[in-house]
Amino acid sequence: MVQASVQQAGQVKARDAAIGISIALAGSGGSGVMTAGTLLLDAAAKAGLYGLMVRTSGPQIRGGEAAALVRLARVPIDSLDDGFDLLLAIDWQNVNRFADEIPLTAASLMIGDPDEGEPPEVFKASGARYVALPFKKTAKAIAGSWTNMVALGVAGSLAGIPAAALEAALSDSWKRGDEALQANLAALRAGIESAAGIDGMPKLAAGAAAAAKRWQISGNEAAGYGAIRGGIRFVAAYPITPATELLEWMAPALVKVGGTLLQAEDELASVNMAIGASYGGVPSLTATAGPGLALMAEGIGLAVTAEVPIVVVDVMRGGPSTGIPAKSEQSDLSFAVSGLHGDAPRLVVAPTSIADCIAATQWAVHLAEALQSPVIVLSDQFMGQSRAIIDRPDDAGYVAARLTAAADTPDYKRYRNTGSGVSPMAIPGTKGVVYTADGLEHTEAGIPSSQSRDHATQLDKRERKLAQHDYGRYWADIEGEGDAAVITFGSTTAAVREAVARARALGVDVRLIALRLLAPAQPAALAAALEAVARVLVVEQNHGGQLYRYLRSMYDLPGKPASFHRPGPLPLRPGELTTAIVEWAGTGPLGGISV
Amino acid sequence: MNAPTLPAPLTFSAYKSAYKPIWCPGCGDYSVLSSVTKALAKVQVPPHEVVVVSGIGCSSRIPAYTTCYGFHGVHGRALAAGTGLKVARPDLTVVVAGGDGDGYSIGGNHFLHACRRNVDLTYLVMDNHVYGMTKGQASPTTEPDWDNKLSPGGTGVRSFHPLVIALASGANFVARAFAGDPNGTADIIAQAIRHPGFSFVEILSPCVTFRPEQKEWKKLAHPSPVAPTDDAARAARRIMTDDGFNIGVLYAGDRPVYRSSTGKAKLTPADLEAEFLL
Ligand SMILES: Cc1ncc(C[n+]2csc(CCOP(=O)(O)OP(=O)(O)O)c2C)c(N)n1
Ligand code: SF4
Repeated sequence: MVQASVQQAGQVKARDAAIGISIALAGSGGSGVMTAGTLLLDAAAKAGLYGLMVRTSGPQIRGGEAAALVRLARVPIDSLDDGFDLLLAIDWQNVNRFADEIPLTAASLMIGDPDEGEPPEVFKASGARYVALPFKKTAKAIAGSWTNMVALGVAGSLAGIPAAALEAALSDSWKRGDEALQANLAALRAGIESAAGIDGMPKLAAGAAAAAKRWQISGNEAAGYGAIRGGIRFVAAYPITPATELLEWMAPALVKVGGTLLQAEDELASVNMAIGASYGGVPSLTATAGPGLALMAEGIGLAVTAEVPIVVVDVMRGGPSTGIPAKSEQSDLSFAVSGLHGDAPRLVVAPTSIADCIAATQWAVHLAEALQSPVIVLSDQFMGQSRAIIDRPDDAGYVAARLTAAADTPDYKRYRNTGSGVSPMAIPGTKGVVYTADGLEHTEAGIPSSQSRDHATQLDKRERKLAQHDYGRYWADIEGEGDAAVITFGSTTAAVREAVARARALGVDVRLIALRLLAPAQPAALAAALEAVARVLVVEQNHGGQLYRYLRSMYDLPGKPASFHRPGPLPLRPGELTTAIVEWAGTGPLGGISV
Repeated sequence: MNAPTLPAPLTFSAYKSAYKPIWCPGCGDYSVLSSVTKALAKVQVPPHEVVVVSGIGCSSRIPAYTTCYGFHGVHGRALAAGTGLKVARPDLTVVVAGGDGDGYSIGGNHFLHACRRNVDLTYLVMDNHVYGMTKGQASPTTEPDWDNKLSPGGTGVRSFHPLVIALASGANFVARAFAGDPNGTADIIAQAIRHPGFSFVEILSPCVTFRPEQKEWKKLAHPSPVAPTDDAARAARRIMTDDGFNIGVLYAGDRPVYRSSTGKAKLTPADLEAEFLL
């Protein structure tokens, strides 16, 4: 019974608002599929829709195969669907390498240019219907036009996006001469016309025009913007995929708001530069991926001991070692929550969507500054490099507010053992409160000490300031009812949220708990969120079940906790998660999938 | 009318803290500390506007022995911390200090890049050709045949020439000082602080415990016979061919100093929204 309905859930074709339609635009490097995808997203926004565009590419730096995976819907969307309604290939060169990333079914449509050969076997095997359209010839017939604009016309028209919206998207983004614009508008229209005879594509009704203007943003830009909103004015970093775009967005933005981004010689330098700048009173950040985070570990420990606020954004990618640089995975979690030497309390925060990269990073800045502590923000390649249409987010209001020492404070002690554990920090330039910040264990005055009493006092102080802080309701997103709960974090939240909704439609009610604050653990808050819950399923994208193991070590979870985890680079899809959730929920209180 | 009384000038003792150094009696670093306080008194910058930044080692203990702000970070990363601090707070006087192990071995990469970046910092290396704090192993400036427990019979590896490397990497001011001449060293450090850009002072500072033979340095050190040059190639040639004990300012250049965009806000964060708006 359950099995049958799960099958149905996995292949649902009704174009309701939440499911939307999925289009993959693929081709070799230089074929312009990313531009076409971005314009498709812009045009959808103009038609009142929301959307997501995930970028995927081969290992080549330039010129390799690439695909824009676009999903459009009438509600905000942060995950890919189970399969694609349309695969449009400008050419087929190496596009077969994306077979796993672009699942097709017999209900899907494939469009290719007959002059570029037949679709590869892997795609044909799906039974998807193939339609040949000569993109190149069409573009050639219009002097000065590009093939990808013909493709954009085809895809946009099949998605049901009005021609006016497509034209406006192209015109608004155009940065070259008018003559070329006219040629490409003609190519776009030719594409729209050539799609006219093709049926069988599910159509998405146009969305309601947005009351306020919407944004198009990537998770990396969102994290950078949230950082600046929170008050970050100094960044030091070393380039690394997939964090580089975050830095490239911040570099000019920081100059505009009176800050600085400095390219460091390595991550050992970047984390210590950020610590030095923050010691000087300027909220500071560095961003990296797993290999860089590993190099920063000693520096993050210094920030713990010397109590210097810093934010470290880790845009996670496939690991360990160099791993899979341009593809996503949630496998730095264990390192983030426990990967420092000594007893080193630190904060770990994970945004739950592209839009949330803004507020979560802003919150991270606020927490780092308020608690004089390092905060690791766990983003990942999937949300970092994807672009989404989002509602204009309100300013979450989290700002940097550091407790500082006033000039000439009598009997000033930098590491005074206060009740909250947070002690006023003297900022260089302030008279009468000089001190030495130290990574050596120290007395309250900051004098190096190897006495057990001082060590215990300072260890307690540093732990207490994080443990006692009131993190409010933003620590997790908690949705729904039910006596079973699914716990997840980061970019998989969106797919889990969709799966929970599909399960609900099948009569299976489960609660969703997406943790935003991963460390320090929040036993009381999670216990309240798990009120009346008998069983827990933990969902994450890595090979080791890192969140599952962490939760089991830090929390009392009800029943026999189950785990659903798979390493990257393939995203967890709502359909497979629906299947897993429904099966798990049907197995009774002691059942479950084990690690 | 009475003329307003000027505040009394700061003397070197205003820069010396009450903490008793952990150094061995006779360690060259005592004299370097005294030279730093004298140099700051020459420059007359108030202690709370100076930050002394260091890594780890005997010599890296120096920040807390001054009345300036101090930052005692991790081994080898002092220049990185000092760079971040100075770029974020250009108003402060930043003096980075440490040992030859800290600066040339574990922190060697930062040394190269600090020289070429030319941030307005002063970098003092108390070079004793040994790792003092870890009890006597070879550093990058140790002679290849110096016998020690970790490398019996010596490392057999040629030593590193920090001054030439600093020149080749673009340091804007290069000097050699000797701890045995505290007044001369104070004078060189004061010049280094005043000189724009990255100023590097290699201070020969004996480790009496693990390199007692360095007590002989006072017989070998002598003032440089020539005036400082602004020609890096000439300075490098002189340094490559001198006896290693020429004391004084060896090079003073005028390369453009690293410019930070800190502090000049043209827009508010809310203004940045425009680029995301559809
Ligand atoms: C990452 C790391 N590796 C090794 C050490 C051990 N260590 C402490 S000081 C030092 C060398 C100090 O030598 P130097 O910088 O020349 O300073 P000196 O003690 O001679 O003044 C070493 C290897 C450390 N503290 N941290
Ligand atoms: S071991 Fe050497 S460098 Fe360290 S304090 Fe003693 S004399 Fe000075």
